[in-house]
Amino acid sequence: MKKIKVLGSGCAKCVKTAELIQLIANDCGISVNVIKETNPETIMNYGVMSTPAVVVDDQLMHSGSIPDKKKIEEWLK
Amino acid sequence: MLSIFTKLSDWLVYSVLGLVPDSKLAGAVHFFIEDTTKIFFLLVIMIYVIALVRASLNVERIRDFLAGKNRFFGYIMGSIFGAITPFCSCSSIPVFLGFTSAGIPVGITMSFLLTSPLINEVAVLLLLSLVGWEVTIIYVVIGMAVGIAGGMFLDLIRAERLLQPFALKAYQTGQVSISEPGINPRLSAIERHHFAKVELLDILDRVWKWVFIGVGLGAVLHGFVPESWFENNLGSGQWWTVPLAVLAGIPLYSNATGVIPVMESLIIKGLPLGTTLAFCMSTVAASFPEFILLKQVMTWKLLAIIFVLLLTSFTILGWLVNIIYVI
Repeated sequence: MKKIKVLGSGCAKCVKTAELIQLIANDCGISVNVIKETNPETIMNYGVMSTPAVVVDDQLMHSGSIPDKKKIEEWLK
Repeated sequence: MLSIFTKLSDWLVYSVLGLVPDSKLAGAVHFFIEDTTKIFFLLVIMIYVIALVRASLNVERIRDFLAGKNRFFGYIMGSIFGAITPFCSCSSIPVFLGFTSAGIPVGITMSFLLTSPLINEVAVLLLLSLVGWEVTIIYVVIGMAVGIAGGMFLDLIRAERLLQPFALKAYQTGQVSISEPGINPRLSAIERHHFAKVELLDILDRVWKWVFIGVGLGAVLHGFVPESWFENNLGSGQWWTVPLAVLAGIPLYSNATGVIPVMESLIIKGLPLGTTLAFCMSTVAASFPEFILLKQVMTWKLLAIIFVLLLTSFTILGWLVNIIYVI
């Protein structure tokens, strides 16, 4: 199962990003574990300055906006 | 060109709604319609155009540019970048930590973060169209002065000692890190358009309610507070009115977009410029919700220092403007 972290300080966009990933995963029938990471220290350690950012299996994939559907589908493959 | 909005408002208020010219209600409604239509028209065009130009500028680039720079130059550049970068308060913490862990001094980072809410393209645009270029220049100079002087002061007292332990550690082990080349590839025209479109919708979504609230308040002031009230009571720029205005701004929370139409109305009513600016800047910059966010990376002591620093600078600059600039 893929482990996905959405990094962000709890703003509306971060919540939306997490929901979107969960939704697409459900549609594709893939089971994922989506966590929202709000701890500033953890976010810093990923070197992220623009949130929301997405970490898939401990690798930073995206930062600064709500990712589009295509990108999310690629990560889930 | 902008007089078309005055005419539109004339027509709507006097012909369509049939309000009596010179009545209080007509004055307020006229102010509201003219300002909201003008502001939204300008916002849509200008945000889009500026975003097209700015598409390749991001915080990572700014961090790389500021890291390892000469201190004095750093404060000025930090403040300039703060003014031109679009910025939502929810990213202030990651940006603060990103800068700090790259070894950028706290003062330079704070020059960036203090200037950011005060000056941005939307604020400058509104100032230019509502209160004219002279006041716009004074506003921008004051905003940047607060950012630069605030940053210098914080480094002078070695503010990094008052960060949360993990942030201090990140600063001490911090080193100049330069993003790998290729992270910011040249953008095509379509990518720029896409960026500008997203940016426009994003900013509009964030500021539209502030425009209505700000213009609404401005309109009420304009229509219903008698012309002579401010002049008689606060008009001669008594010294205590400036700190009072700064204190009054604290519990009020608005961003620059909402406060500028109020500023327009206050100036028209004859409130001295320094007092008006002190009030408006305090409303925008000294807001509790944003300060509470910073608690995640700073101790209460440092937060209190920054808060007092802001209030003192707005007061002093307000006094200065009242002395120098008599309308």
